[in-house]
Amino acid sequence: MWKRDEAVKPTSGQPATPAAAASTQPVSAPVAVQPEARRIERDIVNIGKSVVIKGELNGSEDLTIEGHVEGRIELKDHVLTIGPNGKIKAQVFAKAVIVLGEVNGNVTASEKVDIRDGGSVDGDIISPRVAIAEGAHFRGSVDMQRKGAQPGQQKPAASAQPEKAPATTAAAPQSQAAAH
Amino acid sequence: MALSDLFSRRRKEHAESEAPSSDAPVHPTKVLARFIAGLSARSHPVILDLGPSVGSNVNFFGQDLGCKIIVEDLSKDIDRHVRESILEKLPAFLTNRFPQEPGSIDGILCWDLFDYLDKPSAKSLADQLIRLLRPEGVLLAFFSTSEPQAGTRLEYTRHVVVDRNGLQHRPYPGARPKQRPLPNRDIQRLFEPLRIVEQFLLKTNLREVLFRKAPVAASAPAVSPSA
Repeated sequence: MWKRDEAVKPTSGQPATPAAAASTQPVSAPVAVQPEARRIERDIVNIGKSVVIKGELNGSEDLTIEGHVEGRIELKDHVLTIGPNGKIKAQVFAKAVIVLGEVNGNVTASEKVDIRDGGSVDGDIISPRVAIAEGAHFRGSVDMQRKGAQPGQQKPAASAQPEKAPATTAAAPQSQAAAH
Repeated sequence: MALSDLFSRRRKEHAESEAPSSDAPVHPTKVLARFIAGLSARSHPVILDLGPSVGSNVNFFGQDLGCKIIVEDLSKDIDRHVRESILEKLPAFLTNRFPQEPGSIDGILCWDLFDYLDKPSAKSLADQLIRLLRPEGVLLAFFSTSEPQAGTRLEYTRHVVVDRNGLQHRPYPGARPKQRPLPNRDIQRLFEPLRIVEQFLLKTNLREVLFRKAPVAASAPAVSPSA
């Protein structure tokens, strides 16, 4: 579990799997996402950098995203890491969010939001703890006092309106993944 | 190892990079404490920070003082206008730059931004800030009083809050030099109808100014309860 930092390092330009390399089109069905999108490193789930997901992403384990996600991400009790190659245009709800890539949308975390050097967030942050590294980009508001809004209560950011994507629930990180 | 332990450890690691550097000089500030005092009437004040995002400032205002902070780094907008050679469009751009509702901001941190703006841009920005500020809201701004020297490096200053009485100045590369300093009278006119409530001229030739917007009763006729 403590290999998270390794998991978010750039994957030296290699796609997660050969199948993912061929899949550069947006994925619209959760069934199609699962075998291609996930690389398992112990119990860390990784969405590879060639993967595009439009819709809703729910999970109950830590997740690292190196690809593109548009829509909504909800990892209620877990850590979401946006890797250096990750590009997110979504409302994000998680316990903790670590940003090394780009996020365009509101971020709500019940514990912490950490924007690292090179990371970028355009959107409003609600979290009791926020860390912004000196080389990070941030534009938006930070509210550290408000209790993390429940998913669905937060106003969507104008800049992060998800396209009218199908309400695809890529029930992404599932417990079976962790078993591998 | 619990997740909370991991975060605790990482917090300590990060604290070193985010916190004001211990070896960098701390510049005294007299107006920041007044700015903070000016926010005290509100339980959850909203601050607009026009400088670059600084992690320790976010923690200072967000965590320690309970503010909501909106970061709008205008130096990037200035740089973009310089790079694209469209500086003449900067005043119009600034007029439409802020999506916030009028009267929705309790405090504005301009830092030394106005030193880098020509007069039309400064006027345009000041008008918008006046619009955003709620009645009795406060605005902090620094103005250089010395002429810019030719040949100096193009850089802006990141102001890192050490405490209520001290700031660290961290330069970072910029595209526009400082403009000619504004005389005191021009500063006053620029922000009218805001009132200067505190003003300090520091030994560093920096003029620190705190403006306050008049309360509603003073700027508008009172409405009777029966109306």
